[in-house]
Amino acid sequence: MTIKRKLEENFFRGLSAIFTLLIVFVLLHIIWSIAQKGISALSWQMITQEPKGGFYLGKEGGILNAIAGSFYLAIAATLLAFVISLPVALFMNIYLIKYRRLLLGIRFFLDVLWGVPSIVYGAFGFVILIYLGLRTSLGAGIITVAVMIAPIMIRAMDEVLKTIPIGLQEAAYSLGSTKTETAYKVFFRQALPGFATAVLLAFGRGIGDSASVLFTAGFTDYTPAKLSDPAATLPLSIFFQLGSPVDEVQNRAYASAIILVFIILAISISARFLSGFSKNNQ
Amino acid sequence: MLISRKLIDIISSRWMLVCLSICLVLPLAIGSGLVLKSLPLLKKHSFSKLVSSSDWSPSDGQFGFWPFITGSLWVTAIALVICIPLCLLASIYLTQFTPKWMLKAMRPVIDILAGIPSVVYGVWGVLVIVPLVGDTIAPRFHVDSLGYSILAGGLVLAVMSIPYILNMLLEVFRQIPLELGEASLSLGATKWETIKYIFLRKGRPGIFSAFGLGFSKALGETMAVLMVVGNVAQLPTSVFDAGYTLPALIANNYGEMMSIPSYDSALMFGALLLFAIIIAINILSRYIIYKAELI
Repeated sequence: MTIKRKLEENFFRGLSAIFTLLIVFVLLHIIWSIAQKGISALSWQMITQEPKGGFYLGKEGGILNAIAGSFYLAIAATLLAFVISLPVALFMNIYLIKYRRLLLGIRFFLDVLWGVPSIVYGAFGFVILIYLGLRTSLGAGIITVAVMIAPIMIRAMDEVLKTIPIGLQEAAYSLGSTKTETAYKVFFRQALPGFATAVLLAFGRGIGDSASVLFTAGFTDYTPAKLSDPAATLPLSIFFQLGSPVDEVQNRAYASAIILVFIILAISISARFLSGFSKNNQ
Repeated sequence: MLISRKLIDIISSRWMLVCLSICLVLPLAIGSGLVLKSLPLLKKHSFSKLVSSSDWSPSDGQFGFWPFITGSLWVTAIALVICIPLCLLASIYLTQFTPKWMLKAMRPVIDILAGIPSVVYGVWGVLVIVPLVGDTIAPRFHVDSLGYSILAGGLVLAVMSIPYILNMLLEVFRQIPLELGEASLSLGATKWETIKYIFLRKGRPGIFSAFGLGFSKALGETMAVLMVVGNVAQLPTSVFDAGYTLPALIANNYGEMMSIPSYDSALMFGALLLFAIIIAINILSRYIIYKAELI
């Protein structure tokens, strides 16, 4: 009996350790296998030039259009989402703090929204575009991505604001400040490092998403100059290059994937750094 | 001075309310927009026929969604079958069997896995998983397969779901009070017995919801699955067959949907199906979490 118990204990201890290692291995394998394929195609030309004629058949050029498009799109969408998310998160934690049930309901609702797949946002954005008679454009992509990342940002900000003690709010009121002043001058400042993490999280989501911009931002070989231009994005550029039958172009897809992973890694590391900073600060 | 401060306060609080209303109205708008767009199709064919028919030929006006629904369910089920034991044991290992620094060291790994865009998982799938299925796994079962198959989609999806489900499970185990485990250990139970009889039972609602949320996340995944699943509108007979999922269907055909009558309506009906299923599972899972947290 005891031997069986011991055996079972050790079996599951070992198995769970193996599974954990497996997860680490998978991550390393993803990065290693893509890096190995793409590193040879990686060059300055890739990130400093737009695609030239016949790029998708293996001719000269780079993916500057997609990198620029992705950054334009993700930065603008993050800003737009921030403008909407900040008031909502502050409103929830200052005005609604007393209505626990309502607050619970809103959080529940936002969490559910978080689960809606990006393809549904993309499809919906496309419906609106057609209804308005517009073409795919940078502006439409920005709005779609902003709508998609807003619930993520609100919930992340909300989690930060939740940790601020109610005493701080009461102290601000007792000194005669209005609710707005309390929100933007006290709460906002207190939560700033946490907000930075929330924004980076949403930015990372925005720059990596492809299904929502496929319908709305379109694809082009040029760097967008205005909001009504269609815009290429890095994930879609990878997708289209990989679909090419030419080996050289496929290798460029791997190189583009390295660039994208590198951007995501940079965002993830800075988010981690900032959240560590905010914890030390409290 | 006082008046201007009051004014700012009023304007700002109104603006906050407006933003909140936008956020709350939006999903309703999405839902009703999709319903409106799929109504023309629903007028021509009955709902039950659309869902259960497997005849997909848009140019003849035949829209049967059954192949896509089964394709989606197959891929998601494979992903979860692989992902569930993996994540459950890994989360147990990280919270129960190892010192705290191990969990801390794992956090960046989980974060990065969660942050990798789905198209990169797709690239990895094409590079590694598709040849693995086509050249290694399929011959072992004496089947011919190109590799672009339901199984490949499921495997890639399993990897993608790991960080998502693992994060939630870690949270579940973190919330179980320490005393419960200590009481069990002091009665002479081994660590594993404590986990099996106490933690898994206590965390059941949370674990169940984590799987529910993982399911809905996997069901809606588009790009990575689209790249490896083969995209053939047929009823798959084995996991080595090529399949087609609902999100992939929408993503692949948006370009031509305006040129064939009712096609756009059909695709929006697909999006609506996806939206409704995912919202329903999400509400159920979140509800279980909230109920468990209130107790």
